[in-house]
Amino acid sequence: MGMCDPVVSMPPKILDRLLPMHLLLDAAGVITRVGPTLEKLRGDETLTGQRLDDVFALRRGGGKCWSAQLEDLVHSRLRLHFCRPPCTTFKGILMPMPDGGYLLNLSFGIAVIDAVREYRLTSSDFAPTDLAVEMLYLVEANTAVLDESKKLNMRLQGARLAAEQQASTDTLTGLKNRRAMDEVLARMSFLNSSFAVMQLDLDFFKAVNDTMGHAAGDKVLQVVAQILTNETRMIDLVARVGGDEFVLIFDQMDDVDQLVKIAERIIARLEEPVVFEGKTCIISGSVGLAISSFYDQPDVDKILSDADLALYASKHAGRARVTIYSPELRANPLPEPSDLPELTNAVSS
Amino acid sequence: MHGLVNRSIQCFIRDTYGMDTWQAVVQAAELGFDNFEAMLSYEDSVTHQVIFAAAKILDKPAHTMLEDIGTYLICHKNVGYLRRLLRFGGDTFLEFLLSVDELPDRARLAVPELKLPALELSEVSPGAFSLVMAAEPLGFGHVAMGILRAMADDYGALVYLEYAGLQHGNEIVSVQLLESSFAEGRTFDLAIGV
Repeated sequence: MGMCDPVVSMPPKILDRLLPMHLLLDAAGVITRVGPTLEKLRGDETLTGQRLDDVFALRRGGGKCWSAQLEDLVHSRLRLHFCRPPCTTFKGILMPMPDGGYLLNLSFGIAVIDAVREYRLTSSDFAPTDLAVEMLYLVEANTAVLDESKKLNMRLQGARLAAEQQASTDTLTGLKNRRAMDEVLARMSFLNSSFAVMQLDLDFFKAVNDTMGHAAGDKVLQVVAQILTNETRMIDLVARVGGDEFVLIFDQMDDVDQLVKIAERIIARLEEPVVFEGKTCIISGSVGLAISSFYDQPDVDKILSDADLALYASKHAGRARVTIYSPELRANPLPEPSDLPELTNAVSS
Repeated sequence: MHGLVNRSIQCFIRDTYGMDTWQAVVQAAELGFDNFEAMLSYEDSVTHQVIFAAAKILDKPAHTMLEDIGTYLICHKNVGYLRRLLRFGGDTFLEFLLSVDELPDRARLAVPELKLPALELSEVSPGAFSLVMAAEPLGFGHVAMGILRAMADDYGALVYLEYAGLQHGNEIVSVQLLESSFAEGRTFDLAIGV
């Protein structure tokens, strides 16, 4: 069948303006006319005269050759794409025309965002009633708004992290607090990892506080925190769990000799005098040590309390020393801590 | 007032006069915080405090500053998206002008909580328009002057704008379109970042 003049009552200029992405086909599926925007998409390629199925592939039905059954496709929603790159996708509707041919009208559908970029389209390429430009506007407006929302979320997230950090940090020393320690111990217990617990009490700290005031005491605590941080690894946890009480948790560590060395080094460094407002503060530390590998079934609370018992033995034995927990400590109870004399030689001018 | 409005005022002061000036405004307006959040809402009184404090510190009449804010919103690189969103209004300045009464609806589509004053454009005589906008909150008329002036430049159109004052609770801006293509305008691609 040759190309026939389409019997369209509508002048082509009107058709072009209202449906800038239309195609007219003859009864055999040969393209006889192309709307201006659709024409623009193929650059130098002339669509008129080509068969529809040479230009477009139909994304619908079980791979049937669609030119053979154009009449079956009328009135239904079509999805199609260019056979040759760029393989832009389209939505379309095919309608029968009085001359026995067809009118196929296309739109980009959701692919309009990419199409506008790909083909450098302007608003005059769309029918004035087409919502494509409004859609582009919305997408852009939403992106801008979403950007702002994301920024807000990030700031809120930052504030939240800071708040959480504060909640698990001792504000005076910057060390972790008891809450953080409990979390770490719970995690280690859950993971069944081996760890060591050091309970550390400062010796003579009460004397510093009493004779030199809280400012001096605070200064000493900050120096202690610095020492404990320096003498432990990044993966270890140092927590201040009371006024002058600290707990150190060593992850993946069961070498007793090594741990004793660390404790002794800490004590030695704690004994270095701290100068505050011209006066010298002298403290020391007592340490109790328990290690998860001591136990067949390590229990966090038991290990903590055993380390505490060992600490108490250190104090009882004259302070400034390390005691490793052993079951004998439980068998031979020591006097109550209040029975221990509080030494007061902590301050010298 | 919506955070976007407040944030715009903050960015205008910061980008035009520097961080120190913004800090001075924060102090003078007794804000109690350093930054407006674009996606939160604030009491209208906060916005008024900021505008009056800034006008005083910059030693400018408030209406001049409001108009500068309008210009800033279109011209400054930090807020380029607004110019683009407005350019979706039409291919020419005239088309854009005839679509300005859609702006409150367009704004609401993007940010449902953002309420702009209702506005209406009428053609008084050929090429002469009157933009009538609700004076609630008062002052948007001056911002609109800045925006229209900057958009005319953007399209390359020559316009004469005049703030015609308050009438029956509305702010009136008169717009005379002298020449549609007076100069080469800035290009506008529908696709972003082309």
